[in-house]
Amino acid sequence: MADEQQLFKVTIDNITVEVEPGTTILMAARKIGGDVTPPAMCFYSKLQGSGGKCRTCLVEVSKGSEKDPRPMPKLVASCRTTVMDGMEVKNITSAKVPEARAGVVEFLLLNHPLDCPICDQAGECHLQDLGYEHGKEGTRYEFSRRTFEKEDIGPYIQLHMTRCILCYRCTYVAAQLTDNRVHGVLDRGDHAEISTYISKAISNDFSGNMIDVCPVGALTDKTFRFKNRVWFTKPVSAHRNCDKCCGKVTIWNRGDEVLRVTARKDEWGEVESYDGKPGWICNTCRFDKKKMSDWTIEGPANINRHSVISTNHYVGAQKPAEFLPELMGGRNPKMLMDIHDVSDVNDPKVDLSLLPGPATGATFTKTKEQ
Amino acid sequence: MTQLTQRAKQVDRKPMTLLERIYLWNILKGMMITISHLFKRKATIKYPEEKRTFSKVFRGVQILNRDEEGREKCTACGLCAVACPAEAITMEAAERQAGEEHLYKEEKYAAKYEINMLRCIFCGYCEEACPKDAIYLSQTFAPSNYGREGFIYKKEDLLIPHPIENPEAYKKALGEKGGNA
Repeated sequence: MADEQQLFKVTIDNITVEVEPGTTILMAARKIGGDVTPPAMCFYSKLQGSGGKCRTCLVEVSKGSEKDPRPMPKLVASCRTTVMDGMEVKNITSAKVPEARAGVVEFLLLNHPLDCPICDQAGECHLQDLGYEHGKEGTRYEFSRRTFEKEDIGPYIQLHMTRCILCYRCTYVAAQLTDNRVHGVLDRGDHAEISTYISKAISNDFSGNMIDVCPVGALTDKTFRFKNRVWFTKPVSAHRNCDKCCGKVTIWNRGDEVLRVTARKDEWGEVESYDGKPGWICNTCRFDKKKMSDWTIEGPANINRHSVISTNHYVGAQKPAEFLPELMGGRNPKMLMDIHDVSDVNDPKVDLSLLPGPATGATFTKTKEQ
Repeated sequence: MTQLTQRAKQVDRKPMTLLERIYLWNILKGMMITISHLFKRKATIKYPEEKRTFSKVFRGVQILNRDEEGREKCTACGLCAVACPAEAITMEAAERQAGEEHLYKEEKYAAKYEINMLRCIFCGYCEEACPKDAIYLSQTFAPSNYGREGFIYKKEDLLIPHPIENPEAYKKALGEKGGNA
């Protein structure tokens, strides 16, 4: 009897699920999964205190609880509202929610520069997905957007303040994962910006995780900057023995070059958990281990087939055996043209993974003279 | 058997008449058709001297565009390459350095940009995909070549002439299509 009372019944989009008291509507919806889960830009289940800032997870509560069945007067932020027994929630079945959410997306895009063609986050950006889901890929804003003075926050992380939506996730990473917090949000309102006070370089060993938690391209990996688009890289699950972190990562390859290392993400775009612990990775694994020999390969990473990253990735493809040398008595067929003799792209002599930062024009011209 | 269409004809298997058997009449009938064509308008043109006018929507060889100040518009976003059904487009991106602002429009640019014309099917998806109006299909086709090497078009081959240094060639390359580009 006591066990039964402990669980609350909550109905989200006509699907009933039983959850523990104190669970938020968003986490209950994630338990169901699929389309009924509201999107979240600022909420991150692995960071305490996150959520309640971006308003993209708004839902309609059409019945408060079994005891008090009155609906809630306004749409509520599902990441911060806990469930009640018998609560009925409408997300995609509601008439108000998609409209309100589209409005929120438009507000988030007010000051966003929409420089997706340049941004390294494009293809795995939550704001991009959200914009396209709500038909708000364009903008009606005609005035000049907020700009900031460019700030260098260290050799590993690139800060693009104009792209920031002020979700505060990275500041929670700094506060909860690193021992001395060196960055936060300065100023208020329209002037609010992420910064490391007095341009102090972020040197903590787990600071790189703020790249993974950033829902937009405000914090990106400087060692990966401009090297390739994510959808042209091969995501591969790999691990290594690391004394500081779990060592379980996704490496993003071009051929055998490790262009980028990230933590593994679950279906909600959050860092995956192992034995109940979030799989944050340390800066050594993320920024310094850029060789195939550093990693034990587990296999191709699972990418949602609706993601642009899975385009031109052939799942389960098998390379057919070379039969020509066998037919020709051990002789290899004569190639009419080796593409590397002509092409300057994908030059085997240029190893982008060895560069500490973005390539420049000289990176590609130098090798031509060699 | 019921006929599916009205066009089917029964094969005539009657023995040939004398006129048909000497063939001369049938040969004359055929020659008349040939000779009548001598006096009709020719279907062919004398190609290198004469050229056909292309339709306005003709999709020819790609051109990489510049803006009014002559800066390259391409930012190496890779959308043309991912849209390309023949996987003909490849590129290498680089960061714009201080002092290169007059060369490239954005912070990131294509240091290398190649289209393999042996693969290109001139579908025009790259033009559709481009968010920066940087690539479009011009109204001339790719010239023929004796070797395969000549079909790997590099950025230098694809770039439009500079609008300030060479305005006439720029206008010509822009064509009718690039009026709004």
